[in-house]
Amino acid sequence: MSVLELTKDNFDQTVGTGTSLVDFWAVWCGPCKMQSPIVDAFAEKRPDIQVCKVNVDEQPELAMRFGVMSIPTLMVFRDGALVNKTVGLSDIDEIERLCQ
Amino acid sequence: MDGIFDMLILGAGPAGISAALTAHARGRSALVLSSDPMNTPLARAPRIDNYPGLPGMSGRELLAAMGESLEEQGISRVTGRATAVAPFGGTFMVSAEQDVYRARTLILAVGAQQGAKPFPGEAELLGRGVSYCATCDGMLYRGKRVAVLGLGAAGEKDAAFLERVGCQVLYLGPTQAKKCEIKGTDRVTGLVADGEEYPVEGVFILRDTVAASVLLPGLAMEGGHITVGADMAASVPGVFAAGDCTGRPYQIARAVGQGNIAALAADAYMRKEQEKQK
Repeated sequence: MSVLELTKDNFDQTVGTGTSLVDFWAVWCGPCKMQSPIVDAFAEKRPDIQVCKVNVDEQPELAMRFGVMSIPTLMVFRDGALVNKTVGLSDIDEIERLCQ
Repeated sequence: MDGIFDMLILGAGPAGISAALTAHARGRSALVLSSDPMNTPLARAPRIDNYPGLPGMSGRELLAAMGESLEEQGISRVTGRATAVAPFGGTFMVSAEQDVYRARTLILAVGAQQGAKPFPGEAELLGRGVSYCATCDGMLYRGKRVAVLGLGAAGEKDAAFLERVGCQVLYLGPTQAKKCEIKGTDRVTGLVADGEEYPVEGVFILRDTVAASVLLPGLAMEGGHITVGADMAASVPGVFAAGDCTGRPYQIARAVGQGNIAALAADAYMRKEQEKQK
């Protein structure tokens, strides 16, 4: 399944239904460049989960709203509610656990 | 991210360089990634008398000579601080500042500071105001007060970077930063140094080396050293370790020997993996 790029305008609507994994990232961040292909692989593996990315540089409001203080940060939303969060690089098994 | 190396070697001390030379001799592509080796305890040794063949050299001279061996063999070398490692699709990705490198095996030759005691509050508030990477997280602190604990060579450079992106920086050098306590429950609210509390929202802890156990969570460690077998294999398949990071005695000859073994074992590991795929 393709990975959706979220902005402050489509965030709530997109994560409002079902389970979503959101990867907060930025181009200047080396570990985020490593997180990205792992998140992509997860999206392939789990088409039942909506996988999204937020560029914190372009969407500072979203980063501030969710208190992102270090990237990469991964968050899991269920029907719009934040249910899980991890800071720092995660491998595919950790993402799997995060989404349980 | 261009190309996958056979071996990515973290550290350019005797163990790392020995591993790289052995990798090269075995026809394996190697990349050596390290912070400045001239900022290590070995570089401060005035004279080394128990390493064969290079009589009367200082630590600096020995490191320079070892570095020349790399150059002479045309082995790739990059200066930078590894901040994260991730296994991915049978390879390892390693990030240093804004760059990412990728290799089939990883040789950790990161020196002895693995046991460096964390500051009170450091582990608890990591990712909640505590960061090891100014280039990664600096932008998230624009307009905010942050402290930089410059314990390594890159501290001042990173403090300047944070100022450039718009942070209000309190910089503490290696001596001032020795005894600090990070305050906060949910997130960082302050830093206590020398009995004085500074209100800050972020604390950047910049050591020369990020501890192996932080780079690779789940890596088996014992007493601040990486646990290895006789073939220098660490607990994560495809990861090997050599030199002072594997334990005492902290000796150059031991490090060189272990670097050699680690590269040979990594070579054997790759051959086995290739066999499996056939």
